[in-house]
Amino acid sequence: MANTAHVHAADAVGETRRDFLQYTTIAMAGVGGVMMVWPLINSLNPAADTLALSTTDVNISGIGEGQRITVVWRGKPVFIAHRTAAEIDAANKVNVSELRDPQPDSARVKKGKEAFLIVEGSCTHFGCIPQGMKTTEPRGEFGGWFCPCHGSVYDTSGRIRKGPAPENLHIPPYAFTSDTTVRIG
Amino acid sequence: MSTEKSVWRKAYEWHEARLPIVTWLDHSLGTKYPVPRNLNYWWNFGSLAMFMLAVMIFSGIVLAMHYTPHATMAFDSVERIMRDVNNGWMIRYMHMNGASFFFIVVYIHILRGMYYGSYKAPREVLWWIGLLIYLAMMATAFLGYVLPWGQMSFWGATVITNFFSAIPGVGDSIVTLLWGGFGVDNPTLNRFFSLHYLLPFVIIGLVFLHIWALHVPGANNPLGIDAAPSDKIPFFPYYVMKDVFGLAVFVVFYFVVVFWFPNSMGEAVNYVTANPLQTPEHIVPEWYYLPFYAILRSIPNKLLGIILMFGSILILFALPWLDTSRVRSGNFRPVFRVFFAIWIVDVLILGYVGMKPAEGIIPTIGMIGTFWYFLHFAVILPVLGWLETPKPLPASISQAVLKPAE
Repeated sequence: MANTAHVHAADAVGETRRDFLQYTTIAMAGVGGVMMVWPLINSLNPAADTLALSTTDVNISGIGEGQRITVVWRGKPVFIAHRTAAEIDAANKVNVSELRDPQPDSARVKKGKEAFLIVEGSCTHFGCIPQGMKTTEPRGEFGGWFCPCHGSVYDTSGRIRKGPAPENLHIPPYAFTSDTTVRIG
Repeated sequence: MSTEKSVWRKAYEWHEARLPIVTWLDHSLGTKYPVPRNLNYWWNFGSLAMFMLAVMIFSGIVLAMHYTPHATMAFDSVERIMRDVNNGWMIRYMHMNGASFFFIVVYIHILRGMYYGSYKAPREVLWWIGLLIYLAMMATAFLGYVLPWGQMSFWGATVITNFFSAIPGVGDSIVTLLWGGFGVDNPTLNRFFSLHYLLPFVIIGLVFLHIWALHVPGANNPLGIDAAPSDKIPFFPYYVMKDVFGLAVFVVFYFVVVFWFPNSMGEAVNYVTANPLQTPEHIVPEWYYLPFYAILRSIPNKLLGIILMFGSILILFALPWLDTSRVRSGNFRPVFRVFFAIWIVDVLILGYVGMKPAEGIIPTIGMIGTFWYFLHFAVILPVLGWLETPKPLPASISQAVLKPAE
């Protein structure tokens, strides 16, 4: 009983040493719990062998002007478009400030290789593959790509122009390793 | 001899004294569980849902013994179940259509609760747990749909996991974490299989809580008034018999579909192996997601579409407070009945919109339908509680029956 009385007296003035010990114990258990759980969650992230599949070399000498080809990078499609002068013109004529994801065409290609547009073939909405790689497929009203899932329309620079997608088609990291080859990844 | 207890009786009493499981069951779903005497057949669907959960778990356990969760082997292992495994076709069709019938039963169960005001005080927590079961069912059904690794499996998984990319800032990292790679691939299939096997047992736990929460206030009834003890009858044998009869009728419908129309609710393109380099012409989710998919598609903004889609279900958690009327049963609310019917038609229209390609008039109808869906919960129900004059409630369940006609 004396003990109880002591605790009550202490409660009246504020926190007790016991409260402090309880808080620190709970805090340490919390930290320990997170440290236990994080490796389990992180194990769900891409494994080392998955990450190792991350470059693709492509010979672009065979892609004629106006042609578009699909290559596989990290198990997903990448679009390589050898654009015509008219297509590049159309991409440059756009008033950049009016775009949903404002980016000039020059920021989406490599200098000196403006004819080649290289973008990831996944719609930035929910990841469907946009159509327009073949001339027989719908390319949307801006001559680029059209996503059949939810109706996003991309222009000849792969920029979002209409529909629900929030961003331009993503540009994968790539470099021209020679005049005719490009390394993606 | 006759005065002496039999050895079985003694063994039973010995065991009950240590673990009173039979007594517990008798109180849960037996002679010691009093239920209002006036329940109609809409009250059968809770036990039917439990039956479907059991069917899904048992058929699923057997399917898992023949299924291979690997990107290069999953599709073929499902085809092997269909062609080579003894009775495999039947077990798979039971599981595949069982998902649809589980949802049919649960949707009727939810609508019954909404019409008769079963979510109102003191049954709010019971309603919440029911909604959690529904959310867990949707997740389980989605994960399971991915497992056959057909075209719809793959692209459904791609679209739905990409929902999370709408989260500002961390969205892309979350999606990579879900995939375990740069796209939906073998690691994704493995973890989906693991979670698809786990979640039904989570649902069992939630069902246990659901029934527990049901027993605290007891069952609602078609009149929506509190039932006096004299207006209650024991669950066993009365409602057990009624549930068994309902089950027999339900099973006829279920097996007519399993045996004669097993693919009527599926998509033919899911019998084509998953191809990460080609999206099918027209992506449609399973029918039970269609109204929510329509809400998502109607909003021409990625993040807002996601928020409204999840919001359309989350708003149901607030239903006990959005509905300001104190009268539970729709039978006594003439105006509510009309709006409830309109809301059901609205959801059916949204379902139709979700099924059709988003072109022409369809997105506009979707927007109007979405607007009405939220208007119903956020404006109509709260206001209706104040404006509507309900019909007079009977003093008791027996009075409603015995009172001479006026």
